[in-house]
Amino acid sequence: MSGALGKDLLGLEHLSADQIRLILDTAEPFKEVSERAIKKVPALRGKTIVNLFFEASTRTRISFEFAEKRLSADTVNVAASGSSVVKGETLVDTARNLEAMRIDMVVMRHGSSGAAKFLADRIVSSVINAGDGKHEHPTQGLLDLLTIRDHRPIAGTKVCIVGDVLHSRVARSNIWGLLKLGAEVAVCGPQSLLPLGIEALGVRVFRRVEEAIAWADVINVLRLQLERMQTGYIPSVREYYRVFGVTMERLERAPRDLLIMHPGPMNRGVEIDSRVADGPHSVILNQVTNGVAVRMAVLYLLAGGNPELAEAAKGAPDR
Amino acid sequence: MPPTERQLLLDERAFARTLYRMALDILRQTPDPVPLVLIGIQRRGVELAVRLAALLARETGSEVPRGALDITLYRDDLEVVGPRPLVGPTHLPVNLDGRVAWIVDDVLFTGRTVRAALDELADFGRPSRIGLAVLVDRGGRELPVQADVVGERVPTGPGDKVEVFVKELDGRDAVEVVRGGGRP
Repeated sequence: MSGALGKDLLGLEHLSADQIRLILDTAEPFKEVSERAIKKVPALRGKTIVNLFFEASTRTRISFEFAEKRLSADTVNVAASGSSVVKGETLVDTARNLEAMRIDMVVMRHGSSGAAKFLADRIVSSVINAGDGKHEHPTQGLLDLLTIRDHRPIAGTKVCIVGDVLHSRVARSNIWGLLKLGAEVAVCGPQSLLPLGIEALGVRVFRRVEEAIAWADVINVLRLQLERMQTGYIPSVREYYRVFGVTMERLERAPRDLLIMHPGPMNRGVEIDSRVADGPHSVILNQVTNGVAVRMAVLYLLAGGNPELAEAAKGAPDR
Repeated sequence: MPPTERQLLLDERAFARTLYRMALDILRQTPDPVPLVLIGIQRRGVELAVRLAALLARETGSEVPRGALDITLYRDDLEVVGPRPLVGPTHLPVNLDGRVAWIVDDVLFTGRTVRAALDELADFGRPSRIGLAVLVDRGGRELPVQADVVGERVPTGPGDKVEVFVKELDGRDAVEVVRGGGRP
């Protein structure tokens, strides 16, 4: 059944609604595994997974590592600094060398959009995209979907992504996933931080955060990616907070209770008010918990599976 | 494919009678006053455990805790069959330590499900004893596993199928054997 998802998970853009639902449904029972006293099942015993991180990451890397360990896989972490990458080795050479050591999967984060696909086309092992440049961050999109689904049906829900959509792979994965599952999607932010022509995807654009809050059921607040902004996208961080900050005062005027999400790491007082982040409608830590379950589901669905053998064994009595 | 032949092994009355006999057998094999727990294997084992727990509660006058186990993640054939959708939650209501745990399943065949269930239970605790109760033993073991309580024995070939229906999921209680229908 490796046919269910294919060899790799590169993004949500090319998955079907059924494939996305399969991942979310598979994640449900994995939530319970993390609540057990012994948080480990043998499903991926003997599999070797390399976590290849060319960009800094705490949450995503640790979340993947927990997911791998709770499925009993053997894991190796490679960070770009301190590896041969600094000696000028190319991405493909790094991966081929890892493959020569007989690995089964690579989880990769990379600063260049398309890096995950580039790698997946060149190695036999499964590749899971843990964020590639400004392109996609599919497991974040999936865990956001799972978190929304924990609270309300996704179809028909109005989700507004607020902030730095231009630099955000999280926004892109969210938009693809939400639209496929029938949500209404909007974005809101300064014009300089919204991609040109985003309406063409079927996404509404709000210029004022107050309008977005009045419209939405869910607000997904993005981090202002100051490290990706060389010049002049916004006048100042204070100005940004004054105009686009998701504050308690603005939420109090909302016509309904909103679900507040943030992919982390948060800049408190820049894109989100501390009182909102820690408030009763915040599901930011639920997102983190769901991240492990979603990643377990993805690893499990990509693992194993010689498709021909699977076909032959289908329906074989086995009790 | 050869023509298939469907035989009724247990009808609704025989099904109920068999379950009652199994409940008495479980009681006889569980020394009083050791606390019991019944653990049904997803999917139909869970429903059978519910029924057996109710029968045991009626016989003994005290509540019998029951849980559910999905052994999918403990299977040894992920490589061969590929990941399967998980069918249901694992939920164990009580600490297993010191209890007599009865694994309940609908059909015992190769024994691989039971092996997986034993591995999984070991990660949850240390029962003083684990028993196995199955509604149908169809033979064909691939592992040295035997049930302590068996509702009905029926010899089958590898191409046969044993289908268990329960009211909660299927609207009726019955066990049927389909000869030559399954793939060898």
